[in-house]
Amino acid sequence: MAEPVLQIRGLCKHFGALRASDNVDLDLMPGEIHALIGPNGAGKSTLIKQIAGEIAPDAGTIRLAGRDVTASGAVARARLGLARSFQVSSVAGEFTVLQNVMLAVAGRLRRTYRFLRPALADTKLTAPAREAIARVGLADREGMRAADLSHGERRTLEIAIALALKPKAFLLDEPMAGMGPEGARSLTHLLDGLRHEAPILLVEHDMDAVFALADRISVLVHGRIIASGTVAEIQADAVVRAAYLGEEDA
Amino acid sequence: MTRETALNALLGLGLLAVALTAHAAGWTFTVTLATKVAILALAGAGLNIALGFGGLVSFGHAAFFGIGGYAAGILASHAMFYEPLVTWPVEIEGTRAMPVIWLVAMAASGLAALAIGALSLRTRGVFFIMITLAFAQMIFYFAISWPAYGGEDGLSLGVRNTFAGLNTLDPLSFFAICYTLLMIVLGLTALLRCSAFGLALDGARQNAERLKSLGIDPTRVLLTAFCLSGMVTGLSGALYADLNRFVSPAMLSWQTSGEIMVFVILGGVGRLFGPLAGAALYIVLEHNLGGVSEHWQFLLGLLLLLVVLFARGGLIGLVAGERRHG
Ligand SMILES: Nc1ncnc2c1ncn2[C@@H]1O[C@H](COP(=O)(O)OP(=O)(O)O)[C@@H](O)[C@H]1O
Ligand SMILES: [Mg+2]
Repeated sequence: MAEPVLQIRGLCKHFGALRASDNVDLDLMPGEIHALIGPNGAGKSTLIKQIAGEIAPDAGTIRLAGRDVTASGAVARARLGLARSFQVSSVAGEFTVLQNVMLAVAGRLRRTYRFLRPALADTKLTAPAREAIARVGLADREGMRAADLSHGERRTLEIAIALALKPKAFLLDEPMAGMGPEGARSLTHLLDGLRHEAPILLVEHDMDAVFALADRISVLVHGRIIASGTVAEIQADAVVRAAYLGEEDA
Repeated sequence: MTRETALNALLGLGLLAVALTAHAAGWTFTVTLATKVAILALAGAGLNIALGFGGLVSFGHAAFFGIGGYAAGILASHAMFYEPLVTWPVEIEGTRAMPVIWLVAMAASGLAALAIGALSLRTRGVFFIMITLAFAQMIFYFAISWPAYGGEDGLSLGVRNTFAGLNTLDPLSFFAICYTLLMIVLGLTALLRCSAFGLALDGARQNAERLKSLGIDPTRVLLTAFCLSGMVTGLSGALYADLNRFVSPAMLSWQTSGEIMVFVILGGVGRLFGPLAGAALYIVLEHNLGGVSEHWQFLLGLLLLLVVLFARGGLIGLVAGERRHG
């Protein structure tokens, strides 16, 4: 069996008495989309933040491509190849679409400490940025300020930024949130092709998208993974239906 | 050419025109005032890198201004009395050569900014303001209580330091030196802002968490900007010492930090020529109202209030409109 790109073992995180992560084990295998679903407040975003290195777990280990990164900070993990999108769009609002993505390219290529050359004249930055922008279909918005984009376009920009990092693994926190059916459909199509570049840990509430995309689904409730399996297995799981999918239908 | 570029050109050429006209008319004092504007604008241009581009509200830039000033004063006084600065392990002499003094001033203020920035950047916001103020105050009290270089009384440079081929005591020549340095720094700053580093710095100001997720350490970016900022303000301090041929702890006082910040805010935070507009307005007000009333600072306060409440872009923003990116 291939080595997991991301391997999480025994992860625990408490906020006071609240268990946001309760002994979480999770693998992300090469080429797969692993969906993480669960009700609001289950601890999905908290898990993503721990994997990205933004908050430290109380216990457990996180390995990226075989390497223990539990003690590394967010910057180091990004450099090792983790790209994450934020649940609430977190782009630089005053920057144009192009500048936002160029910044990601500069981070990946370690071209940040160049002081005198105009960034817009540096094709090593602009060409990969434009490529990523074109792939998500924002080419005609390149010069627009991120703050002036529509909600859906800003979500798409998040994906372009993640793409431009050419990561080893994507961590996407509810990329479809508030997208509308049209946007969700085209994003589903985009993510479908993406898994071959790098596997995706996908937190998502849109069940159509999850069922269409996921190779594997894990269900998180009260910080615990209560079930993990293929789409068919999860759909058939009585416990999951009671704990989560049932709520959705109701 | 955008409106802001046109305004910048007007400001730059305007200052030059004032100095040349005053020189032709024999108004030496006005040439000196124009020189003071150029030097103070340079101090503000330094702060603008940290405050305007990086969003770092430093209330301690007097430290760098003063360190630059003392670098000039100390080097010059040693040269004046033929006393080596250091005798062991190697003998280092003082100097009166401006370019050497500038380099030393920038190195010293840059190192101070590295140390102060590394500690202050553990915090942001109000705490950052207070820590930078605290460090500047420590250096201020150190200068006051250090008798070797004049303590409270300050230190005289005697004649002005030298620049090969120019008579620096000639007001117009000294203006030309200060003006040229200001324009070089503003030109480099313009390049900096459009560079990859400028992008990262602006990104660090807007969204530090996002920057981390791109593998860019925002603290390192901000610290680098803080050092560059301190170096530029340090350079202006060395020129200011030469303008007055005197340095005193007043250069290091918190009032000086406040004044430098006023130049930037009046002119327009983050606007390339904002510090020049702000410093020019400040000197014009001080010169014209300072004679009329002791309380001209009250009017200055009122003006600042108006800018902060109604014209965040300062003078530049008022005339040229909102800043455009990229
Ligand atoms: N920094 C924090 N401090 C305290 N509680 C937190 C913090 N972050 C999240 N929580 C709590 O942890 C639980 C899980 O939150 P979150 O991971 O955002 O859930 P999800 O993304 O699954 O909706 C929630 O009850 C939330 O209120
Ligand atoms: Mg969430």
